[in-house]
Amino acid sequence: MELVLSVAIGVLTASGVWLLFRPRTYQVVIGLSLLSYAVNLFIFGMGRLRLNAPPVLEQGGTGGLLTHTDPIPQALVLTAIVIGFAMTALFLVVLLASRGLTGTDHVDGRE
Amino acid sequence: MNWLSHLIILPILVPLLTGAAIIPIDERERTMKGIIAFCATAVVFIISLILMRMAASFDDAQAGAGVYLLGNWPAPFGIVLVLDRLSALMLVLTGFLALSAQVFAMARWQKAGSHFHSLFQLMLAGLNGAFLTGDLFNLFVFFEMMLAASYGLLLHGSGPLRVKAGLHYIAVNLVASSLFLIGVSLIYGATGTLNMADLALRIAVVSGENRMLMEAGAAVLGIAFLVKAGMWPLGFWLPGAYSAATPPVAAIFAILTKVGVYILLRLSLLFFSADAGASAGFGQTVLLYGGMVTIAFGAIGVLASQAMGRLAGYCVMVSSGTMLAAIGIGGIDVIGGALFYLVSSTLTICAFFLLIELVERARDAGADVLAVTMEAYGDADEDEEEKEEGVAVPGTLAVLGLCFCICAMLLSGLPPLSGFLAKFAILHGLFDPEAGASTAATGAQWTYVALLILSGLAAMIAMNRIGIRTFWNSIEGTIPRVYLIEIMPVLVLLSACLFLSFQAGPTMRFMDATAEFLSKPQNYTGRVMSAPQIGKE
Repeated sequence: MELVLSVAIGVLTASGVWLLFRPRTYQVVIGLSLLSYAVNLFIFGMGRLRLNAPPVLEQGGTGGLLTHTDPIPQALVLTAIVIGFAMTALFLVVLLASRGLTGTDHVDGRE
Repeated sequence: MNWLSHLIILPILVPLLTGAAIIPIDERERTMKGIIAFCATAVVFIISLILMRMAASFDDAQAGAGVYLLGNWPAPFGIVLVLDRLSALMLVLTGFLALSAQVFAMARWQKAGSHFHSLFQLMLAGLNGAFLTGDLFNLFVFFEMMLAASYGLLLHGSGPLRVKAGLHYIAVNLVASSLFLIGVSLIYGATGTLNMADLALRIAVVSGENRMLMEAGAAVLGIAFLVKAGMWPLGFWLPGAYSAATPPVAAIFAILTKVGVYILLRLSLLFFSADAGASAGFGQTVLLYGGMVTIAFGAIGVLASQAMGRLAGYCVMVSSGTMLAAIGIGGIDVIGGALFYLVSSTLTICAFFLLIELVERARDAGADVLAVTMEAYGDADEDEEEKEEGVAVPGTLAVLGLCFCICAMLLSGLPPLSGFLAKFAILHGLFDPEAGASTAATGAQWTYVALLILSGLAAMIAMNRIGIRTFWNSIEGTIPRVYLIEIMPVLVLLSACLFLSFQAGPTMRFMDATAEFLSKPQNYTGRVMSAPQIGKE
């Protein structure tokens, strides 16, 4: 499980960084998206991996990190996903504007 | 809990609500939108002044002073807003810059695109939130809010140049945000908390592999802020983005780099103070050397710049570098001087960005920035404007020239103005014989001294060159038409610098008290961790 998660984060980050350095704006957008997936998984992993453990206490119940999984990274991931999503959408709009104004999809606006 | 303590949240709420409220108003009513937004900023500015008085009157270790528990959750569990001298100082500075930029924008730049004032208010909410929050993840949220609005503002006015600069700016900042998240989650994974005060306490007792993780997290987090602060080699995006932005936007962007500097200052003094055990002083060397290289790079850029917009962009880098290196050196006196420098240089650069556009109106129409301007407006718009309120200031060039001279003196740090006093305060802190321990300045400190003085020289040479070309050697001889409400903000910003020069004594006392407070993290942690909940005293 740990291995799968770390390989996934590694592959996503590596592909994301590689795409970031490409000259086409669309590649940069995809690179940024992959990078943000990697970051989201990474935040999730920082809460330590637990199987079949609830994140929230029952009414009147007690618990700790031995019986429950840490809910905070999950809340953080949720926020990060929403913000990352909005930023990608905004970046896409700028990409389209740049394409329309310069007539090319090169990041510098010229070949 | 009296009503005064609720003032702390208003610098976030007022701009947020105003920004949202003026969105539905029709774009043709933009002057009304501008006036509403201006009033909101003025209210926030007055509140910030009250908060600064409050912050200065707090007893240093008084429990819960200036701490605002959101949702009334006790300190390490809920999110807190923390008001101290440093955050109050930044609030006042932001408010002042915002007022000037807004007045300037109302003359004509608000017409260059839609929703200028809403975006501006939302950015202010993000900025004020970033200065007030006491929680790392909440800082991320406010940071993103500020950045999202700044993307919109940078693109304000459109045109290929701005869209290209905006594309680069957004890409760089999105990557920096990813690094921010990685840093925050590493720190959380290692220490189990995100509250800054709680973190400061736990970092001292973190052990073994967790310390390594925590330091890695802090380093990654630091890189995110250094990108924002424009440290070499992370700041190549800065001159391009700042010179492409419309003048009122560039003016308020002068404070955006200072957000990075502010957070680095706050976190490095809070987390890696002498109490932090094995991690004490973590990252200071990087800040010192990185800051010095940034000053050198900025100074070379200042000398090499052809257009005034880029010159101002490089001045921002010099200013950031000076601050970063001062944080790297540390010590109460140096930090006190650096805070004075921060206020003075930010005001100057803001005024300079506004002044550039006024001056460049007179220069030949082929110049880069003016070309963008013409494209955004066309000439028809300008004629209409003149009929409406054509109060051209007589002797325009004389006033502009005078402002330019004052800017040059402030940027290069010539006596007797505040630019000089600020640099002098930093130098005095470095060589102060009363400070005791660090009397013998090291090689790095001597280099810093040399760079401080040389960067001033570079700024002076560059400003002289441009001044002569613009005011004495102007080929066209056209006098720019400048409206009163455009030159007023510049004059007000510069007179604030003059005020700082004349009132240097009280200002320095405030800055030294701020540095003194920052040097003792137990003041901050004590206040936050013991903040009483309402109804459970």
